[in-house]
Amino acid sequence: MQANLSITADVLEQHNLTQAEYDRILSILGRCPNLTELGIFSVMWSEHCSYKSSKLQLKRLPTQGPQVLQGPGENAGIIDIGDGYAVAFKIESHNHPSFVEPYQGAATGVGGILRDIFTMGARPIAAMNSLRFGPPDQPRNRRIMEGVVAGIAGYGNCFGVPTVGGEVVFEGCYSQNPLVNAFALGLFRKDRIFYGKAAGIGNPVIYVGAKTGRDGIHGATMASAEFDEASESKRPNVQVGDPFLEKLLLEACLEAMKTGAVVGIQDMGAAGLTCSTCEMGGRADTGIEIDLAKVPQREEGMTPYEIMLSESQERMLLVAERGREEEIFRIFRKWEIDAVAIGEVTGDGMLRILERGRKVAEIPNRVLTDEAPLYRRPVAAPARTSPPPPPPGPLSMDWGGLLECFLASPNLSSREWVYRQYDHMVRTNTVQVPGADAAVVRVKNTRKALAMSLDGNGRYCRQDPRVGAQLAVAESCRNLVCAGARPLAATNCLNMGNPEKPEIMWQMTQVVEGMGEACRALGTPVTGGNVSLYNETLGEGIDPTPVIGMVGLIEPLSRLRGSWFVREGHRIVLLGPLVGRPTGYSSAVRHNLSRLQPSRENGADVYTGWVSRLPCPPLDLDLEVRVQRTCREGIEKGLILSAHDCSDGGLVVALAEMGFSRFGAGTLGADILLPSAEEVGEALFAEYPSRILVTVEEENLAALEDIAGLQGVPVTPLGWVVPDVLSVRRSGSVVLERSVVSLEKIWRNCLGGLFADPL
Amino acid sequence: MKFGVLMFPGSNCEHDAYHAIRKVLRQPAEFIWHQSTDLRDCQAIIVPGGFSYGDYLRTGAIARFSPVMGAVRRFADRGGLVLGICNGFQILLESGLLPGAMLRNRGLKYVCRQVSIRVENARIPFTGLAREGDVWNIPIGHMEGNYTLDADAFRWLERNRQVVFRYCNPDGEITAEANPNGSVANVAGICNPRGNVLGMMPHPERASEPLLGSEDGVRLFQSMIQSRSQA
Repeated sequence: MQANLSITADVLEQHNLTQAEYDRILSILGRCPNLTELGIFSVMWSEHCSYKSSKLQLKRLPTQGPQVLQGPGENAGIIDIGDGYAVAFKIESHNHPSFVEPYQGAATGVGGILRDIFTMGARPIAAMNSLRFGPPDQPRNRRIMEGVVAGIAGYGNCFGVPTVGGEVVFEGCYSQNPLVNAFALGLFRKDRIFYGKAAGIGNPVIYVGAKTGRDGIHGATMASAEFDEASESKRPNVQVGDPFLEKLLLEACLEAMKTGAVVGIQDMGAAGLTCSTCEMGGRADTGIEIDLAKVPQREEGMTPYEIMLSESQERMLLVAERGREEEIFRIFRKWEIDAVAIGEVTGDGMLRILERGRKVAEIPNRVLTDEAPLYRRPVAAPARTSPPPPPPGPLSMDWGGLLECFLASPNLSSREWVYRQYDHMVRTNTVQVPGADAAVVRVKNTRKALAMSLDGNGRYCRQDPRVGAQLAVAESCRNLVCAGARPLAATNCLNMGNPEKPEIMWQMTQVVEGMGEACRALGTPVTGGNVSLYNETLGEGIDPTPVIGMVGLIEPLSRLRGSWFVREGHRIVLLGPLVGRPTGYSSAVRHNLSRLQPSRENGADVYTGWVSRLPCPPLDLDLEVRVQRTCREGIEKGLILSAHDCSDGGLVVALAEMGFSRFGAGTLGADILLPSAEEVGEALFAEYPSRILVTVEEENLAALEDIAGLQGVPVTPLGWVVPDVLSVRRSGSVVLERSVVSLEKIWRNCLGGLFADPL
Repeated sequence: MKFGVLMFPGSNCEHDAYHAIRKVLRQPAEFIWHQSTDLRDCQAIIVPGGFSYGDYLRTGAIARFSPVMGAVRRFADRGGLVLGICNGFQILLESGLLPGAMLRNRGLKYVCRQVSIRVENARIPFTGLAREGDVWNIPIGHMEGNYTLDADAFRWLERNRQVVFRYCNPDGEITAEANPNGSVANVAGICNPRGNVLGMMPHPERASEPLLGSEDGVRLFQSMIQSRSQA
């Protein structure tokens, strides 16, 4: 092997390895590693690949259920949707690269998650993304967002996967650490699942896809470190995506899988060739020997270190049945993609790297994967400040003006400026376009459709990480239920700060605890996901932001419901409590409402200001389950005609949204009568969970009340769908009255106005 | 009527067109690989949407050199029906089967949304079942749909009734606001002088089932089928 360079503290630091980790390497190898080996250890033991800080926590999540065919640990989770079909889905972060280079960072995030899906044999049929940026009034944040959205569009549109939904949130803590979480879902027959296993000693290991270049070297270690002023200079660490090549790779891989000659397959994502080789060997308990001279290379003179650590995109590693290589090569030639046998599966459990037959690295596979370090890092709850006491006295306010302010907030306004840049219709399955509670794609040749939703709320998780995570899970499920779906399973992306800080570890334990509790209560096991730590710049961390991706089944498709009013004359009914029990949250709501100035002067974002001063609202998981059950039953029995979750912005924002126009349908208003006992501002604007607005035919109201009664869920008939005007009355007097057309204009123009886009 | 759906590397709407023809219109259809020069006795050819060759260099600029395009040109010269949708339209422009060129959208961004288009010429095989002035709801999804042609040539195109669709508002009025990409005179689709080659930016295959929000695209495919059953 090559001569050892002296591994100094500097070299270790560049590789993000601690002295203790290095000592462990010495004892595993019984010798000093060379630089290639050190590089391999450093990426495989990075937080990004090893989950060394989070793994012990994540083990507490529920992962089992009759619908789960594959839980965490593979490239994606898989669930059974019946009639021989299965779906693979997962969410993954690309936060750090998107901050360094927004377009390519986001684009390669999409590329990576798509490969995770089709490497299992599933054809991607839907993509979504969850995005968080700093306030859009700052040009730098707008620039990042424009780049990210364009990158997602550029990759997904060309690849030919519809981007059908997601979320966009603006909050100060994401200015230096934008979050870009990409989700993808693929469909296949459940007897055609492929795994990343290098089984069968003597089978050839085949490299397919793009040539290897020097791009992205140490991307995984970058994603595992905090940023500082020098981060701008990390640009060469970001990979560049080629969606066209990925599309060809998809078609070629799916075609190759049909031959039956593919034994195992895995994409080369973070840590590239290193990760795919040792993980495939690790899962099958085999070894892998490859010769780097055979790896297709884009540049000359690349060292073994560079080839092993390159994160060039659009590459896959597959293991074929010995003797059937030519069947695979023929398909890749048709699609004009490189496919080269670079080595073979061995029986000794070693990852052995040769260069023209000369050994340059040799490490046992399992110490890189299953036996990577695990940390039980110290945990400490932060000191709590008690909320301010509520002021006495009743409230009177221009509620209509406040509603206008809310709808003009970048956090509540229409996302059309974003999703119009995404091809959300390709594959002609999109039966619920972006803007609804859940995205819905049908499954052709069946009566099924799949509903999906992404939800997170860093703001509430900052106040109470456990309840905040529960709220995110509950909302995600609620969104699916509103569309007429039965939630089946979840994926998640934990975006947090530096886990070496005890209070961040405390946040993580709380978030995982809350997520687990909610997923257990709602019957939605977690089938996988991703952890993104070290989201800090200059020591300033983000709010703990778990993002939940939920997938549900609508069957038959006739149960699909929109989140819009259908027709004049329908009854508008609230399922769940109009206001929650008196808590610190309700008093804070009243206290802060009294200080609000409903003014949109100077582009003030009244909503975001108000909501960030509120504590986390309480959640009764048992009630949540019953509310969702009531809604589902009401839809299944054909009583509920449309349903919309009350979440950000509260009840009145949800009412306004239900009346906004869609293509081919005009606006509708609502005539609402508030029960006189309730405090107006709290009823209209508080963000109590476990509430769903539904519409029914007048004659079906009693039947819906019966279902809710059996479930012990409060039901409030609030009013009627009417033309044009949203009005709210209480005790005979009008407290709010606005034309829906004018409200919609405010809501629609916010993001487009900020980005000054002519079209 | 048998439809042939071309497949270039990077096509991504070919399965959607195939689905509309097979499952909605119940007509035979076959995929034709770009390397092939055999159009397999198809009576109509669809050049589908997508990103042939990644849209690298210029949209449609590489696909025009595929062997299949020679066969398509001969097919069109014999009067065969050729429908180019979105990227397919761009390929037909680059191949010279239709006049003009595409610029990037006026807003410089990809635009995916439902639009309204007005039928301007109902006397060609693609619109025989429509009436002039009909308004269709149909989606678009493109980055380069800003059709352009020099003024003289465009006058000639209009005089020849080669403008088949224009973007309009829901009431059928041709307005600047209804133009999603800056295309000259709101042009959404044009045909050759003989009327057997049509290029359009909107996607009729995405408007072929009530579930997808519109069925207006079906009338285009039905017109094609009817034109040949009469012939």
